[in-house]
Amino acid sequence: MEQEIRVPISSDKNIVNARQKGRSAALAVGFSPGGTALEQEIRVPISSDKDIVDARQKGRSVALAVGFSPGAATLIATAISELARNIVSYAKSGEIVIQALHGSPRLGIQVIARDQGPGIHDIKQALRDGFSTSGSLGLGLPGVKRLMDEFQIDSRENRGTTVMVKKWKQ
Amino acid sequence: MEVPILKQGDFLIATIQAALTDADLLHLRTALLQQVVRSRSRGVIVDVTALDLMDSFASRTVQEIVHMIRLRGAETVIVGIQPEVAFAMVQLGLTLENVATALDLEEGLAYLNQKSKTIS
Repeated sequence: MEQEIRVPISSDKNIVNARQKGRSAALAVGFSPGGTALEQEIRVPISSDKDIVDARQKGRSVALAVGFSPGAATLIATAISELARNIVSYAKSGEIVIQALHGSPRLGIQVIARDQGPGIHDIKQALRDGFSTSGSLGLGLPGVKRLMDEFQIDSRENRGTTVMVKKWKQ
Repeated sequence: MEVPILKQGDFLIATIQAALTDADLLHLRTALLQQVVRSRSRGVIVDVTALDLMDSFASRTVQEIVHMIRLRGAETVIVGIQPEVAFAMVQLGLTLENVATALDLEEGLAYLNQKSKTIS
C-alpha cells in the first residue's frame, strides 16, 4: 500500500471511481466500513441480553473490515454471542474486547471475554461436549473452540473467567 | 424489535426482520402461542432469513416454540436458515432436532399444506 492511486477526473463516472478507490484504500489500511480505525480495540461492556447483540454485531463488522468472508464473519459473531451469553448467565457482567490482528503475515481477529464472576470449577469438564451446570445446553465452550482457530481459557473460582479466542484469515 | 405475525388462512407467518435479543425471542414465543390459540391455526411458519445468527439461546427458544405449538396441535416449520448460519449452528452442536425446516416461505407453505391434508 505504499504507492499512491491516481484517478483522472473529467466526468461524473470518475467521481464514483475516485470515491470507490478511496474506500478500498481505507479498508485495506485497516479502517472499518464505519470509518473507525482498526488499530484500536473495541470494548463492549456486557450486562444484559441487548449487549450480547451489540457485541456480536461489532465483532461482525470488525471481521468484515479485516477481510473475512460474510460466512466466516457469521462464525465469529456466533462465537462472540456464546461468550457474551456466558458472561450474562454466569457472571452477570463483564466485557468483550474485540481487536483486529494485522501483524504479518496473517490477518485475523482476537476476542477476549472477561468477567469477575464465580469462575468455572472444573474447566476440563466445561470443555467437554454436552456438559452443563444449569441444565441448559452448557457453556457452549467446546462449540466456541470449534468455531475459532485458537482458544485459551483462564478461570479462577470466585475471581472470574477470561476466554481469549482468535481466528485467522485463511 | 417486535416480530410481526401475519395470519394467512389456517396458518400464521412470523417474519424475523433483524437481530433479536433474548427478550425479543421470548416475546415471540409467547406471542406466537397466543396467536395460535386465538386464531385456531393449523400451522406456523417462522421465517429466519434475516436473522444474523442462531446461537444456543435462539436455537433452544425456536425448539421450544415448535414443541409448544405441537402440543397445541399445530405444526411449525422454520424457513430460510442461511447456509453460514447453519454451518455455525452445527459447529456449536445445535441441530434443532425434531424441528421441520424448509428452504423458503414457499416451500414452508407447501410443507404445511401437505401436513394439514394428511390430518383431515
